[in-house]
Amino acid sequence: MDTFVQQLINGLTIGSIYALIALGYTMVYGILRLINFAHGDIYMVGAYAGFMLAVALGFSGEPSAFGFAVTLIGAMAIAAAIGMAIERFAYRPVRKYSKMTTLITAIGMSLLIEYLFIFFFSPTPRSFPQLLPVGSVTLFGNATISTSQILIFVVSLLLMGLLQWIIFRTKMGKAMRAVSFNITSAKLMGINTDFVIAFTFALGSALAAAGGVLTAQYNPKIDPLMGIMTGLKAFVAAVLGGIGNIPGAVLGGLLIGAAETLVVGYGGYIGIPSTYRDAVAFAILIVVLLVRPAGLLGSNIQEKV
Amino acid sequence: MSSWVKSLIIGIVVIAALYVLNAMMSATGFFGVGVNDYQGRLLVFIAINIILATSLNLINGFTGQFSIGHAGFMAVGAYASAYFTNTYGEALVQSLAFLGDTGSTSVVLLIAVVIGAVVAALMGLIVGIPSLRLKGDYLAIVTLGFAEIIRIVILNIDAVGGATGYQVPGYANFLWIGIFTIITVVVIHNIVKSDTGRALISIREDELAAEAMGVNTTRYKVTSFVIGSAFAGIAGVLFAHYNKFLHTNDFQFIRSFEIIIMIVIGGMGSMTGAILGAIIVTLLPEILRQLPDIQLGATTFKFADLRLVIFALILILTMIVRPQGILGTAEIGTYLKRFRRADKNTGGLK
Repeated sequence: MDTFVQQLINGLTIGSIYALIALGYTMVYGILRLINFAHGDIYMVGAYAGFMLAVALGFSGEPSAFGFAVTLIGAMAIAAAIGMAIERFAYRPVRKYSKMTTLITAIGMSLLIEYLFIFFFSPTPRSFPQLLPVGSVTLFGNATISTSQILIFVVSLLLMGLLQWIIFRTKMGKAMRAVSFNITSAKLMGINTDFVIAFTFALGSALAAAGGVLTAQYNPKIDPLMGIMTGLKAFVAAVLGGIGNIPGAVLGGLLIGAAETLVVGYGGYIGIPSTYRDAVAFAILIVVLLVRPAGLLGSNIQEKV
Repeated sequence: MSSWVKSLIIGIVVIAALYVLNAMMSATGFFGVGVNDYQGRLLVFIAINIILATSLNLINGFTGQFSIGHAGFMAVGAYASAYFTNTYGEALVQSLAFLGDTGSTSVVLLIAVVIGAVVAALMGLIVGIPSLRLKGDYLAIVTLGFAEIIRIVILNIDAVGGATGYQVPGYANFLWIGIFTIITVVVIHNIVKSDTGRALISIREDELAAEAMGVNTTRYKVTSFVIGSAFAGIAGVLFAHYNKFLHTNDFQFIRSFEIIIMIVIGGMGSMTGAILGAIIVTLLPEILRQLPDIQLGATTFKFADLRLVIFALILILTMIVRPQGILGTAEIGTYLKRFRRADKNTGGLK
């Protein structure tokens, strides 16, 4: 029982990170119908931006809440700017073309970011400094929850709440919902769709960067290719919850994270070795898409003829 | 001259040319003229990539089904055939010793190719039947997911080396790889020109209209998927028996993306476009490797290290400037004809 609780805590920790990244995928898909393959790399950019900031501002020496907050917000701002730049210079010119073209542009962008980071930071992993005091709380039984795990839960909950507020309580959020509903009509109603799309990219990128910094507190090894697998799984999470659906992305992320750690912990009993860890997300994805293609919370949209 | 004589002559010329190329790649060369190992390797990878690109083009370009898991089927073909040659290859080669060295290994390679193609086609059938009900992005994601699962499952099979990699006897030479490349191009070209091909293109243009005209869309979609997978399997077999070493890292989804990039750069739905794309995507990073270093003050900028960055930039710029790819759905021949006609109109006078 204790180990089960422990596994669940670990799984939900990873799941919250997936959820943060999945939100960006789902928002961009909701608005542009574009699978933004570069989004996983923005998560990596966020981790590196946090690393550079923490080292440059000297937060690596003594852990403090202030240092962590500055690093987190700084990394989110940098990633938001990069996300907007990517949208402006790569995606906007190809928006009117076919789906294949936009998808290849996204893949090209992903490769570009990865290779640029390999060029500038070398492919060797770096160690992210610990920005907050380390410790752990023992729950009932022997299950423990470390401070970095608590941090991940609290910060991601706060960010998700903030996102919910932006989307459903602000004028900008209303515009975002309008654009994702029907981009042409939104334009006719006087919404500056280009700005709304740029804002969506900024928002998604900031969340991914937060995910990057938080992961680095939990698992301090960062490298230029860390975004590939995590990004792919976060994308699976977005599809699982119903792509374009924001609560769905969070639910999908948590489910994928939990399923992954549970397979690592208990898969051996039912004949699934723990090395299948990375396959779990994809297996879930395939089953969901074949049984319920719109995802768990998504509504089934009939394609127009 | 009757057409079969013409084809026969073309066939003989092509095989002779391949034979000369094959000889040129050995240490002694063809009467002293030869390419070095590096150039030979590049030629082989171009040929294998042509097989992959044209076969994916059948699925993506002509049938319009968005598959991004081609590397998975390549992996299935590679590992299935490699398991065969590792288990029975040696014994077969010895029992066929009367055919000589080249003869016996060639027979074993041909059996391996058949095995790789059949197993990959079966996998294509298993993946295709459920997934092809989905459309667009969803189909893309499911094929990507299947390819990753295939890779992870192979990674966990200890009989084929698992995470340490898998040694394979090097039975494939350039002659065989060239012949299979030509067979692939010819077969897929003929499929596209046949009534099956018409049905596939009608599905790409408008699936509902095709269905209304009596095309069994599900059957044709699965057919094209299975054929495409079989050729991907053949590419895998050739890769395995040329490279002499397999590792699942060679079949990550980035490999599938590479094949997609080839057909998109060349022009989706164009045979010559896919071939052109395969050549460009294989050669470009190698050409960029030759970039010089530039000395600026105390720091040296190694432009060669930036080659993959430049490659990605070129990819993005191609999409922005020419989203339909270099050739679009046209073939190189169409352009040549237009060029000739323009020549005739001026009566050869400027």
